[in-house]
Amino acid sequence: MSRPVTNVFLAGVGGQGILLASEVLSEACLASGFDVKKSEVHGMAQRGGAVTTHLRFGERVYSPLIEVGTADLLIAFEKLEALRFVHMLRSDGVVVVNTQEIPPAPVSSGQDRYPERIEERLRAAIANVHLVDALTTALNLHEIRAVNIVMTGAASQFLPLPESAYEAALRRRLPAKYLDVNLQAFQAGRALVMAKSGTGPQ
Amino acid sequence: MSSTISEPDTIRLLSGNEAIARGAYEAGVRVASAYPGTPSTEILEALAEYEGLHAEWAPNEKVAVEVALGASMAGARAFAAMKHVGVNVAADPIFTASYTGVRGGLVIVTADDPEMHSSQNEQDNRHYAIAAKLPMLEPADSREAKEYTKLAFSLSERFDTPVFLRTTTRISHATGAVPLSPVEGGPVPLGFVEDPAKWVMLPVNARKRHVLVEERMRALRAFAETFDGNRIEWGDRALGIIASGVAYQYVREALPDASVLKLGLVHPLPEGLIKTFAAGVQRLVVVEELDPVIETFVKALGIAVEGKERVPSLGELNPRIVRQALTGEAGRVREPESVPIRPPNLCAGCPHRSLFFALNKLKVTVAGDIGCYTLSALPPLKSMDTCISMGASIGNALGMEKALGPAARGKVVAVIGDSTFVHSGITGLINIVYNRGFSTVIILDNGTTAMTGAQDHPGTGKTLQGETAPRLDLAALCRAIGVEHVVKVNPHDQAATEAVLREEIIRDEPSVVIAEASCALLPEHRATVRPTLEVVPELCNGCKACGKLGCPAIEWIPLTPEEAVALGKKPTQKGMMRINRLLCDGCNLCPDTCKMRAMVEAAQ
Repeated sequence: MSRPVTNVFLAGVGGQGILLASEVLSEACLASGFDVKKSEVHGMAQRGGAVTTHLRFGERVYSPLIEVGTADLLIAFEKLEALRFVHMLRSDGVVVVNTQEIPPAPVSSGQDRYPERIEERLRAAIANVHLVDALTTALNLHEIRAVNIVMTGAASQFLPLPESAYEAALRRRLPAKYLDVNLQAFQAGRALVMAKSGTGPQ
Repeated sequence: MSSTISEPDTIRLLSGNEAIARGAYEAGVRVASAYPGTPSTEILEALAEYEGLHAEWAPNEKVAVEVALGASMAGARAFAAMKHVGVNVAADPIFTASYTGVRGGLVIVTADDPEMHSSQNEQDNRHYAIAAKLPMLEPADSREAKEYTKLAFSLSERFDTPVFLRTTTRISHATGAVPLSPVEGGPVPLGFVEDPAKWVMLPVNARKRHVLVEERMRALRAFAETFDGNRIEWGDRALGIIASGVAYQYVREALPDASVLKLGLVHPLPEGLIKTFAAGVQRLVVVEELDPVIETFVKALGIAVEGKERVPSLGELNPRIVRQALTGEAGRVREPESVPIRPPNLCAGCPHRSLFFALNKLKVTVAGDIGCYTLSALPPLKSMDTCISMGASIGNALGMEKALGPAARGKVVAVIGDSTFVHSGITGLINIVYNRGFSTVIILDNGTTAMTGAQDHPGTGKTLQGETAPRLDLAALCRAIGVEHVVKVNPHDQAATEAVLREEIIRDEPSVVIAEASCALLPEHRATVRPTLEVVPELCNGCKACGKLGCPAIEWIPLTPEEAVALGKKPTQKGMMRINRLLCDGCNLCPDTCKMRAMVEAAQ
């Protein structure tokens, strides 16, 4: 790695399992020998609101927060949330987007519209945009709650961590009865994104 | 967790809160008490996973501190944790515990919430350390959170004082690598030793203890000069920055070349070390979140220093804010895209939505309280008029009633959650009865402390560990207080709820309505099967009446004139509603809003 610290920003909606996904990622970072810090907010912000996690790893990490415009990877669990936080990325950063749409309250009540042309707007901001259908992938595994680990698998293609580190992290963080389906979800997510050289944060 | 985490000499990823729990465990803490409150809640939840200690939820923070102090009197290492505003509740015993001192080490965590991620104010609790004359440690990451917790116990015993450990949200809820160590123990033998001069704070004794408090502060000021958690990291001498807690991390990130005086003990502050640092740098700046506590101290030493004229007093800091404040430049960044907001909301199936929907029909002033239900103050429900502090709804309602006189009859209610009522609503209700009020108090009994993530309390009949406990009977309690009219109602039954509210609110004597229905997130509620609903597209006329519920499962589908006609509707119908079956809880509230009877049980 040419840069000392890698910044991963996770964004989605309360209830999508973002906290677990970020725990798995940070465990994988630790298992790979990195210093790691992760920051999130609990409580009122979680009640169906936008949820974000800052994850930073490298030789030595000081701030638990990612500065705007410096994220290497944005993992968006919901399409609109990708657009909300795309400015967190540096210009050559990568965004992995779940195509799932969850309308926020102003849209559900008919006061506002769900944004159109999100993919186009993302591509106007960032060259490296990867859309994945994590919801369908999880439903194919008969476990809707595995969307978060499908996304973790997809995002793993852009992180400099060995595959075994993720598996070890999943084993550590998940109860035995949910382990198998989540290992499958991780692999299915990985398969959704074909790793391209030069697209990941190096 | 306990099986793996108790292995010594290993490194674990722990949140600041988990690290504090680990530190208390390694210090051999014997009794720990807390009331849940963001961002402190997970400390006791993590501590409850360890064996060989008593960890409990107390009804409120004052009780938690009193329990911990009692354990300290008996020679045990003792611990209490709370959010910043919890210290307001616990301040009474804390200020006098400063005089009595301790036997077993006593550590009190204050978890502050700059930015008010989940709080009603962003008070800076470093002021409490100054006012109560107690030492305060402030860790800057999870590793320090564990180490400082252990240090706090030994300082407590060494200086005969309770010790504050202060975190902020970005310490409590940030995760980092923490090396684990084996369990130690306190040096004091168990057993209460009679010592009235120390424990009985009659004025005659307290006057003598106050002398000792001042002596202790002198000793602590000397300790602060040599404490290795207060350290100078020399860099470029052109700029010297004093910082503590997470602000230290932001400084190191934003200005890696600057000289830094990192403070681990934020009260009392090290006068000599600050003078040495100030003399060694050309420009001195204090970077601290919220109030100018360190800055004011440095200025009182007669040292030229910059601070709040550059560094914001409002909200959290971050590396960008720090860089901009000190260098005037932060670099250009992309503007955020304009997208619809996603505010927090009551869950699908939340019993609070049902209660407030019924209450809104009565057009009353609603004195509100602290909990998930505070979200009902937001559109579209907009059904709460005040929110001040834990338990305040009841006193606020009586105050309005007394101010307005007979005009208030049938016009003012208090709304309070079950956990909040137990925390500090009971005395307010006693006051209504005692002072002959007629306010109606509505207790939203969802069987948990929902806002902080579903913690048990005396009314749930379960302990912190999930074990069965005697269940506080709220209805019997209210009757014992002297409220004759105590009515339970299921808020999901709209007709019954509305009828009960109308009857009780108009009464000219005190009444309590207990709206009893499980939090929609509790596992036992989610395990029960209720039919979900769907909207019959042919029947929906797009009136949006159900949208007034703000239910996340109800979604507006915009229609073009062509689409509307294709569905057999007028071309002027702008859209229709749909129920998201993945989110629908089956609470059956929305049919009550629909004149077209478009909501029906979904085909399975």
